[in-house]
Formats: sequence, structure tokens, C-alpha cells
Amino acid sequence: MFALTAIEHRYGAAVVLRVDAWQAGAGEHWLLAGASGCGKTTLLHILAGLTTPTAGTAVVGGTDLGTLRGAARDRWRGRTVGLVPQRLHLVGALDVRDNLRLARYLGGVPEDPARLRALLESVGVADLAHRYPRELSQGQAQRVAIARAVVNRPALVLADEPTANLDDAHAAAALDLLRGQALANGATLVVASHDARVRPLFPHVRALPPRDRTASLRGTAA
Amino acid sequence: MNVLRLALAYARRRPLATAFNVALLAVGVATITLVILLSGELEQRLAREAAGIDLVVGAKGSPLQLVLAGVYHADVPPGNVPLAAVEELARRPLVQQVIPMALGDSYRGFRIVGTLPAFVAHYGASPASGRAWAAPMEALLGSEVARTSGLAVGAAFTGAHGLAEGGGDHDEAPYRVVGVLAPTGRVIDRLVLTGIDSVWQVHGHHDADEEHRDARAGRAGPPAGAATPPPPAREVTLALVKYRSPVAAASLPRAINAETVLQAASPAYESARLFTIFGVGTDVVRGFALLLIVASAFGLFVALVQALDERRYDLAIMRALGARRTTVVAVLLIESLLLAATGLAAGLALAHVLAASVGTWLPAAAPLAAGARAWHAEEWGIVALALGAGIIATLLPAWRAYRLDVAATLAEG
Repeated sequence: MFALTAIEHRYGAAVVLRVDAWQAGAGEHWLLAGASGCGKTTLLHILAGLTTPTAGTAVVGGTDLGTLRGAARDRWRGRTVGLVPQRLHLVGALDVRDNLRLARYLGGVPEDPARLRALLESVGVADLAHRYPRELSQGQAQRVAIARAVVNRPALVLADEPTANLDDAHAAAALDLLRGQALANGATLVVASHDARVRPLFPHVRALPPRDRTASLRGTAA
Repeated sequence: MNVLRLALAYARRRPLATAFNVALLAVGVATITLVILLSGELEQRLAREAAGIDLVVGAKGSPLQLVLAGVYHADVPPGNVPLAAVEELARRPLVQQVIPMALGDSYRGFRIVGTLPAFVAHYGASPASGRAWAAPMEALLGSEVARTSGLAVGAAFTGAHGLAEGGGDHDEAPYRVVGVLAPTGRVIDRLVLTGIDSVWQVHGHHDADEEHRDARAGRAGPPAGAATPPPPAREVTLALVKYRSPVAAASLPRAINAETVLQAASPAYESARLFTIFGVGTDVVRGFALLLIVASAFGLFVALVQALDERRYDLAIMRALGARRTTVVAVLLIESLLLAATGLAAGLALAHVLAASVGTWLPAAAPLAAGARAWHAEEWGIVALALGAGIIATLLPAWRAYRLDVAATLAEG
């Protein structure tokens, strides 16, 4: 589904990420493991086309991201990638249903009320459709963020530390939901996590080495 | 879901700040629009009343006063002039028409004008009921006079001395209403018209006390014909003059002022002068209104910059969901334009409502309410100004939104 080759990313002179080769097949569920600050988020952003690596090629869904620029890249991202950021970032001015509608609008996908209802039902927040994000618990907000990530049926779902700050039960529920939704929507799933509880659940694991100490001393980004 | 709904959702999120900025803009727009509506209408009315009158001639004194008294019926005339001098003027080849007017009395604040039928023709008025005057002490009422006083054809009334209400009455010489004019929208609506000889007759009594008493004793009801002989020196107050050709403007006023006892004043020139005088006042109000609009644009700017600090995560996630740079800029721009347009519409509506009801809060300006019904070309300037302010207030926030580092913002959140 995607193939990374000789990826290297730097902030200034500091190398913050290096991935020689990583290939994932369609529909596979991957854990991107590694300690905090090892570049997991950066790698997710590279897969999402949000960050252009300093060197190397990233081919996602048959598209070489290096060839995409500006609006074309935004359009590609809206259609291909569903992202669950660590801080969720639901849009506070919109209620739950409108957050999902916004994702469809920005992804250039037509409105589909039936799909929204079914999706909200399947992540277990159907009764919260008209609540605003500030009225949701952390767990509820995460369910909405997962629904938002899959609402356009993307080929690739990326989740950044979905179990951070969750107790065991909630962490397991969040991962079940992610894997279930990825499965239901036929998406490839990459979960970035440093959480040891997550590891047994994933057949495919890609571990990033801890960040080079000398590099971080020289680095500009802490 | 679309950009407009999104912008609305954000505007609703901060109702107090939004309402304040909209209200500030509305007040600025309303102030400047009101000035435009009222002064525009005033200017138009001044020009309309003066249309077709090339000169006003009368006693020497202030030319502005002459024009105010003769064209706008808004000031006392400088004094009287001999009818002979006016008649001599009418014989000049450059003059097409002279309409003499004898002023001095009023009825309930409406001026009684002794004049010729040509005066009615000049204003394009015609009787809606009855007829024009034919004999002394017959009166033809302007529509507004009839409406306000309730006088109809056949009624009698007496004029009061002087041009304002409350002068001594000429009880001994009542007028009889023989006609009421159809409304024209011009000053004639507020005038009582009669023959010049009627005015002479009323005022003749003061000059010749003997005849005065005779007349009172010998007459019951309206006078019929020349019961009183005209006073020896026949005078009029002023006269409206039409040129035969525009060439006259170059020489005639100077000739009149130099060679005769008359003074000539040009309504076009004098009303333009008048307008420059109080134009300073309206400029001050306009300047103040501009300040309000600039202040509201600044308020909008501050609100947007503050909102952007909270909202950059929203903008980042929108970009992650596939929004283009131009889309997030459009959301900010449309939100700002939405507020500006709301303030603009509210301000324009407020100004038109205030102008339409100007009579209730500024009775003297009541006739200017007509200006509220029209859309003035200058209002397009206000539309451009308000929307332009909205756009300028958005420029910096929009630039920051355009340049937003999506990955870094998502990671830092």
C-alpha cells in the first residue's frame, strides 16, 4: 500500500528520522513503535503528505508524494488518508455531526447523511451527534476523531498515540475501534505508539530506533 | 457543510465580540449614510426649488437673504422695491419673464404671496379643486396649507402680519379660498397665493387709516372688486427673473446692481455658497463616521488575530483533512466579510429608517425624509468602504493562515 525508500528528515543539520525501507501491503495493520521523540509523528506526517522528507521517496497508494504539490497534494490527502492526531483536534465550533460533514466537505466527498448515521452508530456515539466537542469526554472525543478519520473511506488510516492517557480498558477499546474501522473500511492502518500494551495486538511492527543523542544535542527542534 | 456555514459557526462561537464589532460598524455606516441621505436630499431640493429661476431681484441688502426669501421662502425679505423698477426690468430684451411677488403676511406660518398667475405656472402647479384667484382677497392654497389648516374652497381666513406665526391679525380683511392646488413637492405647496392687489389692499389699510375704517364699516364678507383704491406708491417685495438667453448671465446681474434700485441675486450661486457653509459641518460628521468604521475594522482585526491563536489547530486539522491553503484563507475572509456585510446592511437600513422618520426627531428637517426612499450613488462608496475594511482586517490573519505549518502545529498541539 505504501513504500518508503531511503527516507531521511532533518531539522537544520540534525537528522531526526531515518528509514531505509518500509513497505506495507493493502489492508495490513502496522504498529509504528519507538520511544518518545524518535520521529514517529514525523513519519506519520510524511505518510500523510503533510511533511516532505529532506531526502528519499514515499509512494503511498501508488502515488509518489514527491510529485505532488500544493492543492493537488491537499486533494490527494483528503481522499487517501485519514488521520487521528494525538490531540484529536475536533473543531470546537462544530458539533459532532458537523465535524464529520466538514471532513467530507474538505475531502471533496459528497454529503451522505446515511453514511454519517451508520458511522456514528458503529463507533458508539450516535446519541452525541449534536454535542459540541467541549461537551464530550476524552473517550467520546476519540471515538469521534476515529469516525472522522474513516468517514471518507481512506485507503490509509494513521493514528498517533491513540492510547496515551487512557487506562487499560479504554486503551483496548480505542484500539479495537481503530482496527475494526480500518477493517470495515478496507484501510491500511498504521498506529504510532510507544505503549507496550499495544504491541501484542499488531501482527506487523516497525520499530524506530531511539533518536541519535548527538543529533538531538545539535538539533534545533527539542 | 461549506465554507459559509463554517464561517457562520465561528461567528456564532464568539457572540459578544461579533455583536460588538458588527454594531460598531453599523453605527459608523449609519452615521455617514444619514449625512449623505439628508444633505443629498437638501442639495437636490435646493436645486429643484431654484430650477428655472435665473435671478431674484429685490431691495439691496444680502443676496443670500434675497434668495432665501424669494426662492425658498425661508427668510424675511430685505425690504420692498417700487413696482415700476420691476416693470422696467421686464422690458429689457435679455429678460424673458419677470414674476413679481408681494410678501409680508402669513397664515398659520404659511406665507401669503401676492403674485401673478405666472407664478403658479412657473411651479407647474394646477388647482386640484376650485380655480385661481381672479379678484382681490381671493386665495389659492398650496396643497400642504390646505391639508394642515383644513381650509377648503369657500372658507375664509385672515392673514397675520409678518411671516411667522403669532403676528397681529388683519381681522378686518379676510381672504376667501377659491382653489386648492394639487401637490407638487415644491415650495408652492406651502404657500398661500393671491393677487398682488390683495396684499396692497390689506396693507393699504395701514397707510390710509381713513379708508381702513370705511372699508370695515361698509363691508361684510369678502371684498368684491376695488373697494379700496390702491395706495399711491405701488411696491412689491421681490421678483423672480428668467433670462431670454444664457448670455444674460454675463451682463444682466451687474447691470441691475449698478443701474437700478434693485439688487440681483443668483439662486444657483447663493445656494451653492450656502451649501459650502454648512458643508463644513457635514464634513465633520462624515469624518467622525469614518473614524467609527476604521475603529470597527480594527476591532475585527483584533478579534480575528485573537481567534486565530485559538484556531490554528482547527486550521491545521482542516488542512490535514484535505483543505487547501486557499480554503482556510477563504474561511477567514468570508467570516470577516460576513460580519462586515451584516454591519453594513444594518447600518444602511438604520440610516434609511432614521432618514425616513427624520420629521419625528428633527421637525424642521421633515421634508428631507423624501431622501430616505432613494438609493444614492454615494452609498456604493460606503459599501466598498465597509467591505474593504473587512478585507483589510483579514489580510494579516489570512496570511498567517496561509503560511501555517500544518505538521508542526498538529505535533505541538
